[in-house]
Amino acid sequence: MLIFQHSRPGRRAQAQAPADQAPLEGIPEAFRRRNRPRLPEVSELQAVRHYTKLSQKNFSIDTQFYPLGSCTMKYNPRGANAMAMLPGLVDRHPLAPESHSQGFLSAMYELQEILKSVTGMAAVSLAPMAGAQGEFAGVAMIRAYHDARGDQERREILVPDAAHGTNPATAVMCGYQAREIPTLPSGDVDLEALEAALGPRTAGIMLTNPSTLGVFERHIDRIARMVHQAGGLLYYDGANLNAILGRVRPGDMGFDVIHVNLHKTFAAPHGGGGPGAGPVGVSERLAPYLPVPLVAFDGHDYHLLTEKERPDTIGRLSAFGGNAGVLLRAYVYARMLGAEGMKRVADFATLNANYLMKRLVEAGFTAAYPGRRATHEFIITLKPEAKELGVNAMDFAKRLLDFDMHAPTTYFPLLVPECFLIEPTETEAKEALDAFVEAMVKIREEARQEPEKVKGAPCNLPVRRLDDVRAARELDLKWEPKGETG
Amino acid sequence: MPFIPHTEEEIREMLETIGVSSIDDLFDEIPESLRADTLEGVGPSLSEMEIGRLMQEKARQDSGGICFIGAGAYDHHVPAAVWQIATRGEFYTAYTPYQAEASQGTLQLLYEYQTMMAELMAMEVSNASLYDGASALAEAVLMAVRANRKSKSKRVLVPRSLHPAYRATVHTIVRNQGIELLELPFDDATGQTDLDALEIHAGSDFAALVIPQPNFFGVLEPVDQLSDWAHRNGLLAIAVVNPLAMAVLQPPGEWGERGVDIACGDGQPLGAPLSSGGPYFGFMTCRKQHVRQMPGRIIGRTVDLDGKPGFTLTLQAREQHIRRSKATSNICTNQGLMVTAATIHMALLGADGLARVAGACHANLNALVEKLTALDEEIEPRFSGPVFHERVLRLPMEVPQVLRTLAAHNILGGYHLGGDYPELEDCLLVCATETRTPDDLEKYARNLQRVLATRRQGACATMVRFDL
Repeated sequence: MLIFQHSRPGRRAQAQAPADQAPLEGIPEAFRRRNRPRLPEVSELQAVRHYTKLSQKNFSIDTQFYPLGSCTMKYNPRGANAMAMLPGLVDRHPLAPESHSQGFLSAMYELQEILKSVTGMAAVSLAPMAGAQGEFAGVAMIRAYHDARGDQERREILVPDAAHGTNPATAVMCGYQAREIPTLPSGDVDLEALEAALGPRTAGIMLTNPSTLGVFERHIDRIARMVHQAGGLLYYDGANLNAILGRVRPGDMGFDVIHVNLHKTFAAPHGGGGPGAGPVGVSERLAPYLPVPLVAFDGHDYHLLTEKERPDTIGRLSAFGGNAGVLLRAYVYARMLGAEGMKRVADFATLNANYLMKRLVEAGFTAAYPGRRATHEFIITLKPEAKELGVNAMDFAKRLLDFDMHAPTTYFPLLVPECFLIEPTETEAKEALDAFVEAMVKIREEARQEPEKVKGAPCNLPVRRLDDVRAARELDLKWEPKGETG
Repeated sequence: MPFIPHTEEEIREMLETIGVSSIDDLFDEIPESLRADTLEGVGPSLSEMEIGRLMQEKARQDSGGICFIGAGAYDHHVPAAVWQIATRGEFYTAYTPYQAEASQGTLQLLYEYQTMMAELMAMEVSNASLYDGASALAEAVLMAVRANRKSKSKRVLVPRSLHPAYRATVHTIVRNQGIELLELPFDDATGQTDLDALEIHAGSDFAALVIPQPNFFGVLEPVDQLSDWAHRNGLLAIAVVNPLAMAVLQPPGEWGERGVDIACGDGQPLGAPLSSGGPYFGFMTCRKQHVRQMPGRIIGRTVDLDGKPGFTLTLQAREQHIRRSKATSNICTNQGLMVTAATIHMALLGADGLARVAGACHANLNALVEKLTALDEEIEPRFSGPVFHERVLRLPMEVPQVLRTLAAHNILGGYHLGGDYPELEDCLLVCATETRTPDDLEKYARNLQRVLATRRQGACATMVRFDL
């Protein structure tokens, strides 16, 4: 049932709005709205019950194991939320004077310093509001750097074929062409192909390391040298930073610019698809181009730096300073971990992934890169099961939901057929991993005995498999009172 | 070890299963030269109690100001139920609803959101949100350039009366794609976009015209004329509006003869706390004919295997994870949690409640302006155009100094316009929402009066001690 179907004309949540309608003095009739929008008319209890019930139709980290590869679905500490919502922080106006902002600005300054330290970069801006916006800022800085040198011929961004779709999409948004570089069967970038692609048109390369294949790029040193020699810059997509947090720093690998997904590595919540935060870090030579605002400290007070103090900036990415509430949550998390805790993130994320991979392989599943160490995530291919039993990766994924576990990432990366990209994260206990292996074994058994059960899954959830083709063909994007039959 | 559940015994068992002797062995593919040693500048681990104490102290430092600043972020009452429900773990810690069957809560809520937002804007379709208002406008500009089939132009007309940070953000995001933004002046008397200056561009090739409502000065733009001018000259009309204002003002879908083509803006007034500027959410609605050019997530209603209604992400063929370099945008998230809050907020307030809140804000602003202009004949509204809940005042004293003195007495007195508009150096943008009390307005007036008194006495305003 939709909220609109609870609606009755004249019903209101009376405690939530002024008792009277004040006249709109000074606003001529021509500017005023004539028909009220058809929003729900419900009581406070009806709204609370409706949305509480809707929440119960979701899987989430707080309620289920959620091994969604490349998304780092780790525990989001409740304390971080409580502290970001403290009066004084949650109600601070973005344009409040610095006299009323020192608490907030000090937290942001310290977060910049923490991110510099863990990434090994020279300077950090917290402005980007998501990973994709961090990517945009990063590539825009690469372009600003080349443009400032009059190096206008560089119009190509190299992207490994295993990369996230955002990488090539970002290159295009920055006015560049994306050129794909193939990956070797070992999971490493094809260096010969890279050599052939590099040249005077190369603006840079976008790399995720560990890559989306769940393996560490072993030749990163050589790649960095080759790209730099060709005059290009290296962009680090921080999607998989959780794998190396405190162990290896992108700055030490030779990267010139990186973004960090605070909603992954720094435990800010995913919130059903956002908000995120994607701070960017840069080496010295790109520092002048960082997006504004930045936070500076003069030894006494904290200040916001904007276009005035930073004339070479690529500019502003939002009306104010980015997703401050997300940044505060990440700051609290980082302070709770401390230096030692950060290293343990990589350690235990890697331990969990390697353990789970080994257990699945022992149970007869096929690792996509069997000769390699898992990083914080790994891929299994269900191609043998698909061939032998006629049950594909999507069927496995949907049946896992019936076992009260969220499915891993399916059919990504595109290079591996029938794949599961599995990322357990460091916050899961051993018994959750063991239960996942048991569920996978059980589903394979079901696929042998009663394949229709797996192909028809899920069957224990609010809905069964949905007709996506119909959704795209017969677009129904909003509720209309007259079209309603139920 | 914060948030890590492993016991020593489990670690041993797990290493044994893997067949290595230590966790260090698991990193043996990483070249030795790249291993980091210590992390300087991160500090030791703090317990929840310790970090809690630290954050309380930071929060206390920033507390106490009575806010009369608007300028794109507004201090509204948010019902307690909104964030109590939005921060339920099932909403707070879910991801993008790729597994639709396990995400019906988020998906149905987004479908309800799309319905509410389309209604509020009187537009045909809505997406499931973008980052914030400024970046949503940038995406709307890119979308308009793609969607305007009559024009090959990559030039877009943008009024100078639009929020300066919005103009700056749009510039950052679109300039690398060769899109040019041409600024339209505002009328010095009314504060509205100058229609005569617009007429100069009739017959030239542009992709779109941006129309703010209200504009940055709080002034209401002649939206009917602007929208019709755009359509007469082959441009798409892009509205960028305050969604709360649309509860009482003519919505973009009804502007002029045809309504606008794209309407976007910042959803902050619908349940998002001020929170230092974010997270908020950008909304975007459009005509149905342009839906395939619209960026961002879109939710559709469909049926499951048994014919039961359900909700799913749809039109994904526009998006980066399918189309890669040919996608409509690189965006891969919406602002799910903020939209969750906004949907609950709109359900609780309803059309009637939103209109009452808008009315109360506007009445408070009028009362504030009356009090402040009564203090001194040299304090006066700078523009004659009608306004909604925000207004530009001219002051007879240096504005930054006035604001500093007021802030010292916990009055956050507004936004100085001189930084963005040199010709408005002596001007202050003030706002009063429904959360300001008569006592708050009185305090503002009393303190401003004292600042003015120091001017008359020729004393330095900052030296004066006030008793409150």
